[in-house]
Amino acid sequence: MTGPKTLVAAVTAGLVATTPALAEKIFVSNEQDNTVSVIDGESLEVIDTIEVSRRPRAMALSSDGTMLFVAAGDDDVIDVIDVESHDVTSSLSSGPDPEVIRVDPNRPYIYISNEDDNIVTVLDYEARTRVAEIPVGVEPEGIAVSPDGAWVVNTTETTNMAHFIDTEAMQIEHNVLVDARPRHAEFTHDGSQVWVSSEIGATVSVIDMESFEIVHTITFDVPGVPREAVQAVGVELTSDGRYGFVALGPSNRIAVVDQESYEVLDYILVGQRPWHMALNGDETRLFTTNGVSGDVTMIEVNSLEPVRSIPVGRFPWGVIVVD
Amino acid sequence: MTYLRCFWGVVWRELLRFVHQRGRFIAALVRPLVWLIVFAAGFRMALGVAITPPYQTYILYEVYIVPGLIGMVQLFNGMQSSLSMVYDREMGSMRVLLVSPLPRGFLLVAKLVAGTLVSIVQVYAFLLIASLYGIRLPTDGWLLILPALFLTGLMVGSLGLLLSSFIKQLENFAGVMNFVIFPMFFLSSALYPIWRLRESSPLIARIAELNPFTHAVEMIRFALYGQLNVEATGIVLATTAVLLGLAILGYNPARGMMARKGAAAE
Repeated sequence: MTGPKTLVAAVTAGLVATTPALAEKIFVSNEQDNTVSVIDGESLEVIDTIEVSRRPRAMALSSDGTMLFVAAGDDDVIDVIDVESHDVTSSLSSGPDPEVIRVDPNRPYIYISNEDDNIVTVLDYEARTRVAEIPVGVEPEGIAVSPDGAWVVNTTETTNMAHFIDTEAMQIEHNVLVDARPRHAEFTHDGSQVWVSSEIGATVSVIDMESFEIVHTITFDVPGVPREAVQAVGVELTSDGRYGFVALGPSNRIAVVDQESYEVLDYILVGQRPWHMALNGDETRLFTTNGVSGDVTMIEVNSLEPVRSIPVGRFPWGVIVVD
Repeated sequence: MTYLRCFWGVVWRELLRFVHQRGRFIAALVRPLVWLIVFAAGFRMALGVAITPPYQTYILYEVYIVPGLIGMVQLFNGMQSSLSMVYDREMGSMRVLLVSPLPRGFLLVAKLVAGTLVSIVQVYAFLLIASLYGIRLPTDGWLLILPALFLTGLMVGSLGLLLSSFIKQLENFAGVMNFVIFPMFFLSSALYPIWRLRESSPLIARIAELNPFTHAVEMIRFALYGQLNVEATGIVLATTAVLLGLAILGYNPARGMMARKGAAAE
């Protein structure tokens, strides 16, 4: 029953088109398809699908923004994709089952959580060598690097801890107990706090980087949704210190949190089981990966409105926006 | 000029009647709001409705049923307008209208437009309360639905007129509720998307697809999101033309139902 757009709709579309043209590309890893989908930021359509190694999950950009690293858990490698040509240019040996990866802002290092081996591997992607293997708790997952590069936080899903690794000594200096099954860590842009989400606990622990103590625990309650369907996973923080976004898994919601007051401002409906998110360069749009429904929802940050859901591959996991 | 004066006379009377019947206005608002606030809240679709055009992402059920409830407001109003025709006939005030030298068809269309305008006022009052309740709708959609509201008002109003030419007594309105309003509303895409109906019964889905009210609701739904659903609009236009034609025929003293009924009554 769809029909073509009217003149009125064309006027509406014209209004949308007056916003500056976005040259951004959105890369999405599809865990069960062994592919990375590339979405055009302007048309919001999939323009390319890149074959990668098996079970691609987390992705990270090199410091110069030219290379996209994709952790492929079943092949124990990090695939390197050229963000211009979309070619897989090489693969780095990552140690067993790499899940989450992050890049050091100062050095050519990739920090990798090896889920099966209870270690965090540090890889030099220029020299293609392993710099260190740091023993952590059981089932390491979330990784975050502080903006100054001095600290790496790793969360372990079974130990329920956030481990603070000194990147000079390459060893754990502090441990903070958080709620059950910590999945993700994200630093505030001034580096003063790190937000750690707990999937089963359905909370976000805000940890102060001076005292290494939890200063606040954010809880979530989505109206009309059973408590067990609310699971906190991905976290994204705007650089202006305004919003924190928390992906709430099977509740199909993204929570919007005030970074100052920690108050939950809104719950935004997206596709099924969102896990991870990415903001675009000017932080006007937020993209979520909805694993079960196999799509990516684009949210406008100013209005906090979900605008469109774009079908990608099976079980989209990670997402990164490249300008 | 005479036509315009007569037209305004009919419209003015309808608006006055509407303003004076506060109970009717409140009932017209409470009905869809009960659905929106009680039914939609209790309905287990808090996890979102899958994407169907014109929606581009997942929506809440309460957002889905808004166009259907707009249709409901207009459907009830159209039927109530027809009830007022029966009332006018019983009370004798219709004679005042009938002494007008203008064609019967024109008087009926004026009556129809008047009823439609009243229904549009009701729709906007409903939308205002719904948005205060927290239902998010596209801002430009408020204006874009206006032509769709007008067409829907004409369609259900024509149906009401046609029915009123058959109904002789006020008491028969309960039958209209049971046999016209409820089936038209429930067997449509107002409350559930057609694909959802098909999952439970392909027959009900087929009936809903044939129901002109479904197309009115879809026309409103698409208009709300700045799109023209050509198929739905075409069906609504065609249905309106047929129903209105039959109603004018029905009210023709020489050929219509009135003649037969009048003869029987005397």
